[in-house]
Amino acid sequence: MSREQKDHILNFLEKGIRFDGRKLDEYRPIKVEKGFSGNAEGSAKVSIGDTEVLAGVKMSIMEPYPDTPNEGTMMINVELLPLSNPDFEPGPPGIQSIEIARVVDRGIRESGAIDTKKLCIKKGEKVWSVIIDVCPINDDGNLFDASALAVVAALQDAKFPSYDGKVIDYKKKTKESLPLKKLPVSCTVIKIDNHFIVDPTYEEEEKVESRLTVEVEEDGTLCALQKGGDKPLTAEDIDKMVGIGIEKSKELKKFL
Amino acid sequence: MGKLLVEDKTIVTPGEELAEGMDFLPAEGTFRDKDKILASRMGLIHIEGRLIKILRLSGRYIPKAGDTIIAKVTNILMSGWTFDINSSYSAMLSVKEAKEFIRRDADLTKYYDIGDYITTSIVKVTSQKLIDVSMKNPSLRKLTGGRIINVNPNKVPRIIGKRGSMVSMIKNATECNIIVGQNGVIWIYGQPENEIIVVNTIKMIEKEAHISGLTERIKTFLEKKTNKKISIEKVE
Amino acid sequence: MAYTKRNDGRKFDEIRPTEAKAGIIKRADGSAYFKMGKTVAYAAVYGPREIHPKFLQNPKEGKLRCYYNMMPFSSVGDRVRPGANRRAKEIAMVTEKAILPVVDLTEFPNSVVDVFIELPQTDAGTRCAGICAASMALADAGIPMKDMVAAVSIGRVDDKLVVDIDYSEESYEDGTVADIPMAVISRTGEISLLQMDGNLSRDDLKKAIEMAKKACSEIDKIQRDTLKKKYEVKK
Repeated sequence: MSREQKDHILNFLEKGIRFDGRKLDEYRPIKVEKGFSGNAEGSAKVSIGDTEVLAGVKMSIMEPYPDTPNEGTMMINVELLPLSNPDFEPGPPGIQSIEIARVVDRGIRESGAIDTKKLCIKKGEKVWSVIIDVCPINDDGNLFDASALAVVAALQDAKFPSYDGKVIDYKKKTKESLPLKKLPVSCTVIKIDNHFIVDPTYEEEEKVESRLTVEVEEDGTLCALQKGGDKPLTAEDIDKMVGIGIEKSKELKKFL
Repeated sequence: MGKLLVEDKTIVTPGEELAEGMDFLPAEGTFRDKDKILASRMGLIHIEGRLIKILRLSGRYIPKAGDTIIAKVTNILMSGWTFDINSSYSAMLSVKEAKEFIRRDADLTKYYDIGDYITTSIVKVTSQKLIDVSMKNPSLRKLTGGRIINVNPNKVPRIIGKRGSMVSMIKNATECNIIVGQNGVIWIYGQPENEIIVVNTIKMIEKEAHISGLTERIKTFLEKKTNKKISIEKVE
Repeated sequence: MAYTKRNDGRKFDEIRPTEAKAGIIKRADGSAYFKMGKTVAYAAVYGPREIHPKFLQNPKEGKLRCYYNMMPFSSVGDRVRPGANRRAKEIAMVTEKAILPVVDLTEFPNSVVDVFIELPQTDAGTRCAGICAASMALADAGIPMKDMVAAVSIGRVDDKLVVDIDYSEESYEDGTVADIPMAVISRTGEISLLQMDGNLSRDDLKKAIEMAKKACSEIDKIQRDTLKKKYEVKK
């Protein structure tokens, strides 16, 4: 980006507006639709502006990990589908999808969102495994926050399949929901010069200098952080960005 | 006797039968199969006497010699630049076609660097879609500052309007500097709040270009947004 | 025992409830959504665009490239492991061949048109739903096309031929089943996809083709009406 192009953006930000007319701390319209799929154990479609992601929960039974014999397991995977963005290519997940998956995973794991002890069927032998896959349909920026929101919404929607002690009958869903203790949400704050904006569009993401994804529990406790972008942040920057994240997380939580 | 099977200005899909008999002639976007004329793409029917053609509603910019476009520098070579022109193919500017004389050993980034936008003119498109552009016209230049938006290139004629009437109306109402490239890339420079009005107006034209009464709707929209009275210039 | 009544109560020649949308993916050149019963397909078209690596370029005409992918949570039961497997690659290939006859890329030498098909939910007939969505997405992208393609799977369930076979019929246990996915080019009635799984008599195949043609003409109407609806502006 040339100096002049950047000055032009700053001219906007100084007046407190962005290229699409939003305020700096304003999200695009958010929509959360739970249960779009009858085949997944839980599912949710989330849109933030033109960005749209699907998340689906699949459950199965497996042997627990030796170090947590009485806890179920959880995994989050993000597939950056080439359908959603002209720059995504088919093939194994690249670093971008791995990063989103791991950040969302940390938010769920470290907040203790899922009570994994309640996923234990028989200690040391059988536990439930929960895998949440996220697939963007349209990437117009901020896949971080959209993915995090979709994952929690899909977990809320999930119902255990029926299990008779031997086999799972996936066709029969029980009325039992997943044991959820916390509902963490993610707010990604972008820094351009000395301005902070939330919910970047794809166009804005291309101009990111530094980024901080803040995952927050209902009471404002932080449960995951990820600094991104090429430029460093000062301690003051971080404090401001975390503050914005905590504030915005209250709005986002309303959609769950 | 030939028979027309569609009305003017209706939307058709690929393979649709447009006319029967030999009285009509297939033009752009259509083809003849025996005694029938059929659509060879999705688009808007345009009947001109005996000619039936289909105007594009979607699809990338098709480069044509003579078009003035807005291009973005993507690469710098030994003897020129390559550009993204919002099309299926990239374009080339040779140092010989630059505005000024450039010495062999000059640093080309001093003229146009990667990421810069320029207005330029297409001089040649080969059958293999190699595209040459030139800066040899006083109105062509590098675009400093401002912002770029991309629109459906097929809607550019409506955004410009008859003899530029639509874009002048937007310019006058918003006091923004606007350059519309034939390739659907638009450069806007003005006060932030006014640029946003420009973008929203252009998006509205893009969406409603094929529906009649457009100018009047855009005028009302701009008047509401800018609190100004706008008169539509009559264009013959 | 004969198959006298369909599991979901449909007539033997009836397709499942269908829903379609065009132009749903903002960043694509063209896109569509096509739902047949519980099978859902999205398709996005990118291009014509430059092809990489360069040795894939064809100076005579552009190339059509299709991809087919089931989302990991799309099926009842086990999670589908992400990544292209043998099945996905074969389906992508037959999808390409199903659509290629109507697409004309001679105006676009050295380029590629990529079609990405994604299935968030499946209940049999996924390749057919994918082809229906892809054909719409290509038209939506303004790609030169001589015609459009619709697809449906005809099944033989025990003694009956059924249109648009669903998963419950595919897994019918009181008799044998055959599954015959077909794609039909709208105006000419030519068949551009034909596969078969199971056992079938020559006579039944003939009947199945006629049934597919009839069902595809219904689907064709839905596809075209949906594409046109995109340009209606809500008052």
